[in-house]
Amino acid sequence: MSWIDIGHIDDIPLRGARVVKTPVGCVALFRTSDTEVFAASDRCPHKGGPLSDGIVHGNSVTCPLHNWVFSLETGEAQGADEGQIATYPLQIKAGRLLLDGESVGKRNAA
Amino acid sequence: MTETKKLVVIGAGMASGRALEQLLKADPDAYDITLFNAEPRGNYNRLMLSPVLSGEKTYDEIVTHDDAWYAENGVTCRFGEKVVSIDRSRKVVIGENGEVPYDKLVIGTGSNPFIIPLPGHDLDGVIAYRDLEDTEEMIALGDKPGAKAVVIGGGLLGLEAAAGMAARGVDVTVVHIMGHLMERQLDEAAGYLLRKSLVEKGIKVLCSANSKAILDDGNGRAKALLLDDGSELPCDLLVMAVGIRPNIALAADAGLAVGKGVHVDDQMVTSDADVLALGECVEHNGAIFGLVAPLYDQAKVLAKTLLGIEDRFINREVSTKLKVTGCDLFSAGDFAEGEGREDIVFRDPSRGVYKRLVLEGNRVIGAVMYGDTADGAWFYNHIKDAADVSDMRETLIFGPAFQGGAQTDPLAAVAALPDDAEICGCNGVCKGDIVAAINAGSDTLDAVRATTKASGSCGTCTGLVEQVLAVTLGDDFVLPAAATLCKCTDLTHEDVRRLIKSSELQSQEAVWQELGWKTRNGCHVCRPAINYYLLADWPIEYQDDPQSRFVNERNHANIQKDGTFSVVPRMWGGITTPDELRAIADAADKYKVPTVKVTGGQRIDLLGVKKEDLPAMWYDLNQAGMVSGHAYSKGLRTVKTCVGSDHCRFGTQDSTGLGIKLEKLLWGSWTPHKVKLGVSGCPRNCAESTCKDVGIICVDSGYEVSVAGAAGMDVKETEMLGKVATEEEAIALTTAYIQLYRENAKYLDRGYKFVAKFGLDWVKEQVVDDLENRAALIERFEISQSVYRKDPWAEHAKPEEAKKFSPLADLTLEAAE
Repeated sequence: MSWIDIGHIDDIPLRGARVVKTPVGCVALFRTSDTEVFAASDRCPHKGGPLSDGIVHGNSVTCPLHNWVFSLETGEAQGADEGQIATYPLQIKAGRLLLDGESVGKRNAA
Repeated sequence: MTETKKLVVIGAGMASGRALEQLLKADPDAYDITLFNAEPRGNYNRLMLSPVLSGEKTYDEIVTHDDAWYAENGVTCRFGEKVVSIDRSRKVVIGENGEVPYDKLVIGTGSNPFIIPLPGHDLDGVIAYRDLEDTEEMIALGDKPGAKAVVIGGGLLGLEAAAGMAARGVDVTVVHIMGHLMERQLDEAAGYLLRKSLVEKGIKVLCSANSKAILDDGNGRAKALLLDDGSELPCDLLVMAVGIRPNIALAADAGLAVGKGVHVDDQMVTSDADVLALGECVEHNGAIFGLVAPLYDQAKVLAKTLLGIEDRFINREVSTKLKVTGCDLFSAGDFAEGEGREDIVFRDPSRGVYKRLVLEGNRVIGAVMYGDTADGAWFYNHIKDAADVSDMRETLIFGPAFQGGAQTDPLAAVAALPDDAEICGCNGVCKGDIVAAINAGSDTLDAVRATTKASGSCGTCTGLVEQVLAVTLGDDFVLPAAATLCKCTDLTHEDVRRLIKSSELQSQEAVWQELGWKTRNGCHVCRPAINYYLLADWPIEYQDDPQSRFVNERNHANIQKDGTFSVVPRMWGGITTPDELRAIADAADKYKVPTVKVTGGQRIDLLGVKKEDLPAMWYDLNQAGMVSGHAYSKGLRTVKTCVGSDHCRFGTQDSTGLGIKLEKLLWGSWTPHKVKLGVSGCPRNCAESTCKDVGIICVDSGYEVSVAGAAGMDVKETEMLGKVATEEEAIALTTAYIQLYRENAKYLDRGYKFVAKFGLDWVKEQVVDDLENRAALIERFEISQSVYRKDPWAEHAKPEEAKKFSPLADLTLEAAE
């Protein structure tokens, strides 16, 4: 894995999200609590809604377009809906957010 | 053995004290011991300074080793003498009063309180909370009538300082930079309960508060703390309790390896084989220490190392069981959320109890408890043993005594209400009145209604009255099934609204805890509703939470099916100017807006704007004098007007003028669902007022105000609220009606549904007949508008807010190396 520093945890509002542009498309970073952030695809598999604009609750997010709910831990759609979003490895070190570059299609520069 | 080896110990703290005890117990004659201490006294229990501060104990009671103990054990004491340096080549410790040679040296210099380098941090009257001197200064403050203190830091020490001084009659304010108290030991929910208990003790608590400077009284003494927001907190004493730093100066000067603390190995030996260290000054495998349990483990290992016995220090998982100002707290393990982790939450509002277990796989890895910590040790053992708990998962949270299986009681929230809690707001009926009526024989809803009038007017408290019946009568009363707000609660919208008012719940955490929410922080169904109810009922006390809003209200624009947004500037009463039109055209060009459309509410809609362009576009429109049209909000949308008496040959009154006045009064207000108004200048009704939430028709003799129209999924003509003679009265009636709707309607009920549920007669009673009530409604609306009547676009176009609309990072660009 190649960890890329993409920002500070406080750049993301609590129970909110921000987006990172990557070679595999937009990746959304969801801050579910003071100390926890999840990285997953920003695109809802249903109609392409921007998940980073959804409501974050517990460890889930609800798509703003048609209320599909996804687990941020597994990427799986919850309830009756069937679908899956990609999740990406993310580390938090001393408040810095480190995203795995390889998993988002970034060639290792080092 | 020819001569007894010499041991020098620097620092008479709790860790070195325990190490000496262990050493002397195992072999009293192994060493000749000299003990240095900068404080002019021996070892006392620092954990007990809080009871000394609050007056429950005296200093003498917390002394661990008195003079007699040191004499009995042959320890040479050099108290009140600072160690100047350590000369490792000659193996001597150089004190202020001379040298002492050693064969083995133990460094136990502890830690220093961290002082934030705020302007004024070196003034008199600014202290830490670390030793007996600090404690005595706080005790002295209690003797001064009307004394005020400010404590910076909402961790354990800060809160104990605050509680101790408050117990001595001092007026104390705690200032904490994080969003909730003791964020390292507690989660938000437990932090909320702790804060509530402190506030009940008369301590003021400010969270998310940034200190800016300590102000000088002109004589070099602190007189107040200045916060970032410009407010000043006057104080006679300022206590800084924001953390500790290992005291490594002496060790570093002596050339020992140090990092955050003095480096030690598993045997507590530093980089010099003859120098050992322990306590808060050391760093072991990257960890530093503040709690007493690992320090005692270190003491045991250090004593054995000095005696040549093999042992090793293992930094165990620790639990924190604390009593902060009479509140029981427990936390252990890792309770952050994470991938593959699940929560089990239990809340008992009546006892003020909160418990949360964090599970990973089938193992407990963390626990937070508040109010009832009796099972703490049991959970801690599960964490330590990494035991598989899948067999008892269902009942795990109830603890070891309850491995049988029981459901949480959906009536707990109502059962917990005190007798004086108001159930029926219309008729002022408290829970106690209803219980008394039930006990006197009223055992049905109708009977309670007849005897107490509870739920007899607007009817929204019906669910609560039924729950009181169920709680009081037990199995004799069968609860009718009502639609709950969402799966996070057993309560209905109406129940929750009523309880937010009557129990004065002013934060989301208060709602989750006091109403026994089953999830940690709600879901996409209940969070927007709760956020609305809180801001409508507590406009000053509650702070709107953007993260609990649907995307359109968070981004102040309407999301479209392709993820772009639409922008609608406000045009007061549908009136615009050539300059505004030019600015709109310029913005459409500049941001390459694909579609420009005129809306049904007499506004211009710019569709297809990229999210990251929104703040700049708002800025441009702001510069041209335009503000948000709130075309995205559950709030006031538009006031549609006709040209009225200004131009129209049939116009009876100035309908555009009234429309503009209403829009300027009402804009920015949040409502249960969207609110659209129309003002027509004559009964020909060109503004289509009679299908609006509020429609006004001007006639020769005045104004007809009607409400509860619809022209969406349902189509419905408005119903007459009242006919008034003057424009002022028309405005007053409209405002009072909207406030009545704001205070009572269920979230996402449009006005026509609200009126259908409550009845037009009831609405008339409230805003037409009862003038006093009408005035009170208008006053409450104005209080709310003092917060919300402002342009959200201007707020979000500011640079620090605007950047939140752009990606955090762009990894598609190649590195420019």
